[in-house]
Amino acid sequence: MDTIGFDIAHLLSGGMLVLSLLLLFQTRIIAVINVFALQAIVLALSVAWQAYLQQAPHLMVTAAIALIVKGLIIPFALQRIVRRLDIHREVETVIAAGPTMLAGLALVALSILLLQPSEGSVLTREDLAFALAVILLGLLMMITRRNAVTQIIGFMSLENGLILAATGSRGMPLVVEISVAFSILIAFVVFGIFVFRIRERFDTVDVAAIDRFRGERREHL
Amino acid sequence: MPAVAGLACVAALFAIGLVAVAIGRSRAGTTVVYGASLLVSAIVLLFALTHLILASPPASVTLPLGLPWIGAHFRIDALAAFFLIIVNLGGAIASIYALGYGAHEASPLRVLPFYPAFLGAMNLVVLADDAFVFLLSWEFMSLVSWGMVVAHHRVAANVRAGYIYLVMASFGTLCLFLAFGVLAGTGGQYSFAAMRAGQLTPALALIAGTLTLIGAGSKAGIVPLHVWLPLAHPAAPGHVSALLSGVMTKVGVYGFIRVVFDLIGEPTPYAGLIVAAIGGITAALGVLYALMQHDLKRLLAYHTVENIGIIFIGLGLALAFRANGIEWAAALALAAALFHVFNHSVFKSLLFFGAGSVLMATGERDMEHLGGLIHRMPHTAFAFLIGCMAISALPPLNGFVSEWLTFQAILVSPQLPQWGLKLVIPAVGALLALSAALAAACFVKAFGVTFLGRARSNAAQAAHEVDQFQRVAMFVLVTLCILAGIFPGFVIDALAPVTRALVGGTMPQQAFLPWLSVVPIVASRSSYNGLLILLFLVGSATLTAAIIHRFATRATRRSPIWDCGFPLASPVAQYTSSSFAMPIRRVFGASVFRVREQLDMPPPGAMRAGHFQVRVFDPAWFAIYGPIARSVRSTGIFLNRIQFLTIRSYLTLVFGALVVLLLVVAAWR
Amino acid sequence: MALILELAGQALQMAIVVVIAPLLVGISRKVKARLLRRIGPPVLQPYFDIWKLMHKEMVLAHNASWIYRVAPYVVFAVTWVAAALVPTYCTNLLFSWSADLIVIVALMGTARFALALAGMDVGTAFGGIGASREMLIASLAEPAMLLIVFTIALVAGTTQLSTIAELFTHSPVGLRVSLGLGLLALVCVAIAENARIPIDNPATHLELTMVHEAMVLEYSGRHLAMIEAAAALKLVLYFSLIICLFFPFGIATFDRSLGALLIGVMAYLVKMVVLAVLLPIGETSVAKMRVFRYPIFLGSAFAAAALAVFLLFVSRGF
Repeated sequence: MDTIGFDIAHLLSGGMLVLSLLLLFQTRIIAVINVFALQAIVLALSVAWQAYLQQAPHLMVTAAIALIVKGLIIPFALQRIVRRLDIHREVETVIAAGPTMLAGLALVALSILLLQPSEGSVLTREDLAFALAVILLGLLMMITRRNAVTQIIGFMSLENGLILAATGSRGMPLVVEISVAFSILIAFVVFGIFVFRIRERFDTVDVAAIDRFRGERREHL
Repeated sequence: MPAVAGLACVAALFAIGLVAVAIGRSRAGTTVVYGASLLVSAIVLLFALTHLILASPPASVTLPLGLPWIGAHFRIDALAAFFLIIVNLGGAIASIYALGYGAHEASPLRVLPFYPAFLGAMNLVVLADDAFVFLLSWEFMSLVSWGMVVAHHRVAANVRAGYIYLVMASFGTLCLFLAFGVLAGTGGQYSFAAMRAGQLTPALALIAGTLTLIGAGSKAGIVPLHVWLPLAHPAAPGHVSALLSGVMTKVGVYGFIRVVFDLIGEPTPYAGLIVAAIGGITAALGVLYALMQHDLKRLLAYHTVENIGIIFIGLGLALAFRANGIEWAAALALAAALFHVFNHSVFKSLLFFGAGSVLMATGERDMEHLGGLIHRMPHTAFAFLIGCMAISALPPLNGFVSEWLTFQAILVSPQLPQWGLKLVIPAVGALLALSAALAAACFVKAFGVTFLGRARSNAAQAAHEVDQFQRVAMFVLVTLCILAGIFPGFVIDALAPVTRALVGGTMPQQAFLPWLSVVPIVASRSSYNGLLILLFLVGSATLTAAIIHRFATRATRRSPIWDCGFPLASPVAQYTSSSFAMPIRRVFGASVFRVREQLDMPPPGAMRAGHFQVRVFDPAWFAIYGPIARSVRSTGIFLNRIQFLTIRSYLTLVFGALVVLLLVVAAWR
Repeated sequence: MALILELAGQALQMAIVVVIAPLLVGISRKVKARLLRRIGPPVLQPYFDIWKLMHKEMVLAHNASWIYRVAPYVVFAVTWVAAALVPTYCTNLLFSWSADLIVIVALMGTARFALALAGMDVGTAFGGIGASREMLIASLAEPAMLLIVFTIALVAGTTQLSTIAELFTHSPVGLRVSLGLGLLALVCVAIAENARIPIDNPATHLELTMVHEAMVLEYSGRHLAMIEAAAALKLVLYFSLIICLFFPFGIATFDRSLGALLIGVMAYLVKMVVLAVLLPIGETSVAKMRVFRYPIFLGSAFAAAALAVFLLFVSRGF
């Protein structure tokens, strides 16, 4: 493998990881959406680079899907939702920023620790470690955010990590990719409706409100 | 030095202790006891220094004392010689200090007999070469120091501190006892030589290592076994506090090194990781707790916890490197840890002496009632300032050198093959950097609030400089801080026999490098020259001052404080210790402390005073010791019923116990 | 003869840093003023300020101790020595090996310690508030700084600044996202340490959020001149550090001919001016933070540096 190819792949997947951490740092919902869009674009670049490296043109389709759906359509739609619903602009967190950040770093370390000794070419290993870190950070984002919109973004960032993992490991059949993309789109639609419903019923998108109606949390929030 | 000479000196110290019982009441008694302790400590110090510098071979002696047929083994090797230096340097200088400080003791008989015995016991621990003597002198050391912790027994807090100390010390000794039990094996080999020769299975080695970490670590003060330390160390008189904090904790470190590096065979790499991680956590938590204190001596005591953490980081790294056969890096890490042992014993003694002098001059330990002492006690203030700078790891003083060496060892960690170590040790390094920076904050606070600003009480206003013995003791240590900072190469070279014996490697020889630099690995990798830095600083400061005084006006006017045109005349309006620490409390409070802030603000129009109270709790108490104490209590209440049974029930219990034991034996076979 | 030349080289470096320090402050003030559509003071104004302050009567509080009087000189001297030990125009100067990167960071700690004590000396509320916050910022910045050092040491295998600069000039280290992250972290740390926006505002004296200016509030006359000069030197130090670690191109290394040295000096000066222009652009585009947002700012620097270390571990695959 040539070094430049390796370096650029490293740069792109490392950039995705950086953006994942950056997602955790954002305090405004609009900024979160923008960072997510940026991550999707970097994902598209990374997949395209993999397509070039692995001589696998079908990966280009995946890249295009990532770019168009996740880089453009979904962020645009989400911004519209935020504006139309007039959602509270600040990100509401469950855990303070400092501990979240440390937890995020620990997760990155954990994924490197898990995947480093595995066999395979350097490129694959590295991509897998990054991808796992992106997935874990997406999960972390989902559990440390109150707002449904930020939870959706966490979920989709997790899915970005899945695609990164899939493209890193020598070509995944296109069918699977399309199905994944569609499932995400469906999930997005479901979440979207969900958000509207919450808004209609409870006049907030704070999921804690649902918990309150289920009687799970009685203490103040 | 033949071990016999050391033993003779220990015997002499014990004899002084006995004599002190007789002459302790008289004014001259104090002088005689401390003078004699000084003499004996100085002799042992000289012997140990020559032993270490000449790299003499280990010498051992067996006395027909103690357990029959076994005798008492003593041995002096490089490690023991190094720790003899620590113990007796601290002891000698504390004796000088006590010549002045001890004369003001209200009840000298409560301190005098214990003091030489304490020194003797610490020497004996270091000299011991079998488990029996080691444990006996370890326990004796705890007991006599307990005697001095409760010297001022009319203060209720001191009695409580003494009680907690006693409990923790017994617990620690118990753990060490079990550790030696594991090491001795079924053959019952009490002597260290036999333990060294014996081979342990990895599981047994792990158990013995853990028990030692708990036992010796509780004496040294690693988190969460540190809780007794900030209570007990400040309770004792000034010179004893210095010995407890500067020296006795090092004996704990010695115990750990002796057992883990010397007696247990090859370590596993992850043992090193655990020790280093505990060290990192101890360092960061210790300094954070220290920042929250406003009792000067308690602040210093908590700070000891931090430094012990730094030492354990070095030790953990040394274990990890040694387990992977990287001897030069292990030698670097171990030398860093031992250098820090030396440094900490020097500057922590210095700081406790300073705190003792402040206490003697003002009767106050609470920094919120001090201030402006630099005008009243200029020499003490200067000495304390040097101590503060040294402990804050500022170049060109000695504290920096050892922390720098520790950082260098951390920077080698990517060469370790284990991924867990590679990823965690940078985090330990970040904790070390955090604690170094927080230590600087802590000592800006300690010095700034105590010595700078304006006096916050009449006692501080009326303070006076202490006598010459105390000042001499402090300035000897100041000199050591500076010398060890600018000539660290000689200390590192002197440590070479210790590292060679324990990890099988040494750092490159430093003494003949050009310009007396320190080069831990190779010159193209990293180097430091404290002497040149100091010369540069002095040179450029002098040059600047000369230029300024040549070209600038010398017009100077004294005036009241400006403070943006709105000065508050009352000294109470100054920044206090609590307000200094407030931002750090806010930033770290949520995750590290349990902070309770109570604000009682009267409604508008009410005439009563507002009230604000902050209480900071050490989480170790309610997270660990609270549950333990509660469970002990409930078990005790439960077992109390057994006291009132019939004879028949007692017989049933005895019978039941017998049957159960027999069943155990049957299952065992 | 060789020794004299070596000494002259070192002396030149000491002279360069101290001479250009006020100029850089002047440039960044000018650029900032232009960005705010003001004319701004002349670029040389900081020199005039220092000269003016040196000739003003000094006002000392009644209870000021010797620490208060010595601290300005200590702060200046320490900063000067630290700045002069960072390779600027040429690597491997005579004394460059007497301090590595960690020592230089620690020397800044010495200067900070002295200044914080001076802030506490007179016993005012402002001095205390400044000292307390300065130490908070330092303790948050230090872990990030250590991880930056770790990153650099992983790439270069050394903490000697001269060796790092030589290595990065002569051997391509490739596209490394970790170095970019390290640069980002170092910039954050430099902003915090130099009391610039968004952490602190060097232009204000009447704001409760001020840090550095609160510490030196009581100073006047020649002492204030020293402190201002030291602050400018600190800026030079961090700029030089950024240049030496990340953009050492043009620095004279093995070739010590006069031409190479001249190129080194010119390259250094150009890079410094570029940074002095970039700084106010960054400053005008962000707003000052609340004190309790500092941990987030410096925490992100820490995260970037930690990530840099992790990424290096992965990419080098030891």
